[in-house]
Amino acid sequence: MSDASDLVLETRNLVKHFPITQGVVFKSKVGAVRAVDGVDLQLRRGETLGIVGESGCGKSTLAKLLVSLEKPTSGEVIVRGENMARLSGQSLRRARRNIQMVLQDPYTSLNPRMTVGDIIGEPFAVHPDAVPRAGRARAVQELLDLVGLNPDHVNRYPHQFSGGQRQRIGIARALALRPEIIVCDEPVSALDVSIQGQVINLLESLQHELGLSYIFIAHDLSVVRHISDRVAVMYLGKIVESGYHLAIYEQPTHPYTQALLSAVPVPDPRLRGRRDLIELEGDVPSPADPPSGCRFRTRCWKAQPYCADHEPLLQIRQRSPHPSACHYAEIRDVIRY
Amino acid sequence: MTGVTDIRAQIDALPGLDPRAPLLHVEDLHVEFRTRDGVAKAVNGASFHLSAGETLAILGESGCGKSVTAQAVMGILDTPPAHITNGTVRYRGVDLLGLSEQERRKVRANRIAMIFQDALSALNPVYTVGFQLGELFRKHRGLSRKDAKRRAVESLDQVRIPAAGQRINDYPHQFSGGMRQRVMIAMALALDPEVLIADEPTTALDVTVQAQIMRLLAELQRQRTMGLILITHDMGVVADVADRVSVMYAGKVVEEAPVYDIYGRPAHPYTQALLASIPRLDLKGRPLNVIRGLPPALTDIPSGCAFHPRCGYAREICRQEQPPAYRIAPHRESRCHFIREVLGV
Ligand SMILES: Nc1ncnc2c1ncn2[C@@H]1O[C@H](COP(=O)(O)OP(=O)(O)OP(=O)(O)O)[C@@H](O)[C@H]1O
Ligand SMILES: Nc1ncnc2c1ncn2[C@@H]1O[C@H](COP(=O)(O)OP(=O)(O)OP(=O)(O)O)[C@@H](O)[C@H]1O
Ligand code: SF4
Ligand code: SF4
Ligand SMILES: [Mg+2]
Ligand SMILES: [Mg+2]
Repeated sequence: MSDASDLVLETRNLVKHFPITQGVVFKSKVGAVRAVDGVDLQLRRGETLGIVGESGCGKSTLAKLLVSLEKPTSGEVIVRGENMARLSGQSLRRARRNIQMVLQDPYTSLNPRMTVGDIIGEPFAVHPDAVPRAGRARAVQELLDLVGLNPDHVNRYPHQFSGGQRQRIGIARALALRPEIIVCDEPVSALDVSIQGQVINLLESLQHELGLSYIFIAHDLSVVRHISDRVAVMYLGKIVESGYHLAIYEQPTHPYTQALLSAVPVPDPRLRGRRDLIELEGDVPSPADPPSGCRFRTRCWKAQPYCADHEPLLQIRQRSPHPSACHYAEIRDVIRY
Repeated sequence: MTGVTDIRAQIDALPGLDPRAPLLHVEDLHVEFRTRDGVAKAVNGASFHLSAGETLAILGESGCGKSVTAQAVMGILDTPPAHITNGTVRYRGVDLLGLSEQERRKVRANRIAMIFQDALSALNPVYTVGFQLGELFRKHRGLSRKDAKRRAVESLDQVRIPAAGQRINDYPHQFSGGMRQRVMIAMALALDPEVLIADEPTTALDVTVQAQIMRLLAELQRQRTMGLILITHDMGVVADVADRVSVMYAGKVVEEAPVYDIYGRPAHPYTQALLASIPRLDLKGRPLNVIRGLPPALTDIPSGCAFHPRCGYAREICRQEQPPAYRIAPHRESRCHFIREVLGV
C-alpha cells in the first residue's frame, strides 16, 4: 500500500494567495487572501481521499490547483512523480490529461448550447491525439453507456436532462481522456438524497472498474465518510487533521473536527438531546487575516495562551495516532450516525 | 397613526376569528402555475395543521411544492402565474384566502411571519438593518423613532448578535451568512407572530452555523410558545427538532406522523425509501440505496398514486386510483393503498 509507485498524486507545501489590490489604474497590492496555505497531501492508486471543511476554507481552490486551473503561488503538485511546474509541451499535456475534474453544479457547469455529444467529446478536440477522429463518435456513446445514460441521447441538450443525469454527463466528460485521477468538487451537493445515491454508486463502481483515484470534496460529512478511504479536514487554507476514515470519524483528535462532527444533525430522533453538541462561537475569520499561531484559536474551546503564538504542525502526536494540527490533540468520542 | 392595540384589535375582529380554533389549518390546498409550457400542478391537495408551541416539519425533495405551499399560506404568491384553485388556509378559524390584501397584510406581519433560505435577497440592501427593524415597530406598533430604535437593538440582542447597539447601523451585506440569518429571524419575530414559517433557513449555511441557528430558533420558539413550520429536505434537522412531520411528494402530503413514528416505522413507501437512502455507517463499502427514476414533471403527474413509477410496492390499483389518506392512529395518516404491507402487519 505504501509502495511509492502507488502514489499517483502528491502536493508539497502547496500555497495559493490571491492578491487584494487597491486602485483601478495603478493597482497596488494591499494584502492577500490565503486561500490555500501550505497543503501536503498524497493520493494512492484506487484510493479516495475525502476533503471536508466549511465554506471558504479553500477546498475549491485546492481542487483547481490540482487540475492546473490555478497556478500555485508556491509549492508543488506532483502527478505520477512529475512536478507539474517543470513540465512543458507533450509531457505537460499528458500529465494534465491524467487528472480531470467534476464540478458541483450540474445546472451551470454544462454549456446549454452544446449537445451532450459535443460536451463529452470536447476533451478530444483539446487533446486530438487521445482518440482518432473517426473513433470519437463511438467513444462518446461508450462513455454515455458507461455512466448509465442512453447512448442514443447524444444529440440532446443539457436542459433535457435531470440534475442527476447532468452530473453523469459531467462525469462522462471527465472520463473521456481516460484519466487515472478525478477531482470531484461537491459533485452531489446540488442533488436530492435519492439522486445523490445514484451518482455516488456510479462513482464507486467506475472506480473499481477503471482503477481510478478520487479526490472527493464535499461538505456533507456522511457522504464523505461513505465514499472515502482517507479524509483530510481543512480549516482556513490548511489541513488540520487527516487519517483513515475510521480515525477521523471515530477517533477525531482535533477540536475543529470534533466540533464539525458534533454539529451534524443525526437522522434519528431517539438521539435528540443526547448528542453533546460542541457549539463554536462566531464565524470563520477572514483568510486575508488569519489568526496568529493556531488559526482555529478564535473559535476553539480548548485554546490556551500558548496557541496564540505557536503554530501547531500537522503531525502524529502523543495522544493522536494520526496527524493532527493541535498542541492539545486527544481523542474525543462524538455521537454520530 | 395606528397604535399597537388598533392593529391587534382589527385582527381580532376578523370575521370568524375564534381564539380556540386551531392555530393554522391548511386543507386540500391546490396551486397551479399557468405558463406557456402548460399547467404545472405544484400543490395538489396539501393538508396539514399546526398548534401553538409545536414544530411541524415539511419534508420533501426539490420541486415537491414545499415553498409554494408556504407562499400560499403567507399570501405572497405571484398571481399570475400562480393560481390557488382550491382549498382553505385557516388561521384561528379565519380563512385567509378569503381576506382582502389589506387584511392579509396585517395578519402577515403580526401573526404569521416567514424566513427564507436566502437572507440577503430577503433584506433590503439599501437600508441599515436598524432602519428596517425600526420601520416595523413604527409602522405596526406606532412607536416613536427613539423607541423603535431601542426595540431594534433589543431584537438583534435577542438573536444574539454581538454588539447589537453598533450593528444596527450596518447594511445587510456587512453581515456574515449566519449573522444575516439572525437578522432575518429578528425581523420575522419583531412583532411577536404566533406562527413562524422557516423555509430552508439553514440550507445555505455550514453545519456549525446551522447548529447555532437551529438552537436559537428552538429557544425562541419555546419562550414564545410559537408554532413553527420548518421546511427542509434535511432528515437530520427534522429528527433533531420536529414534533410532527408532513412528508410531501408531487404536491401532496403523502404521510403525516409524529417524528418518532416517521423514523421508527414509516407508513409510506416514499418515506421509507427516503430514510433508506441516507448514507449510514453500516452501508460503507456497499452501494447506497436509491429511489429509482425521478420525481415527476408537474405538468405531467402520473395517474393514480403519483409515486407509482418509483415505488417498490406498486401494483395495478396504484396506477388507477389515488390512495386516500388512511388514518392509522390519531395524528397519523398515510396515502398508500398498501399501508399494512408497508408497516409489515
Ligand atoms: N479568484 C479569487 N480571487 C480572490 N479570492 C478568491 C478567489 N477564489 C477564491 N477566493 C477566496 O479564497 C477563499 C477560499 O475559497 P474556495 O472557493 O477555495 O473555498 P471553498 O472551501 O471551496 O468554499 P465553498 O465550500 O463555499 O465552496 C475564500 O475566501 C474565497 O473568497
Ligand atoms: N413562478 C413559477 N412559475 C412556474 N412554476 C413555478 C414557479 N414557482 C414554482 N414553480 C414550480 O412549482 C413547483 C414547486 O416548487 P417549490 O418551489 O414549491 O418546490 P420546493 O419543494 O420548495 O423545492 P426546493 O426544495 O427545491 O426548494 C416546482 O416544480 C417549480 O418549478
Ligand atoms: S492548538 Fe490550541 S487553539 Fe489550536 S486547536 Fe489546539 S487547542 Fe485549539
Ligand atoms: S399507493 Fe401504491 S404506488 Fe403509491 S405508495 Fe402505495 S404502494 Fe406505492
Ligand atoms: Mg467550493
Ligand atoms: Mg423551496
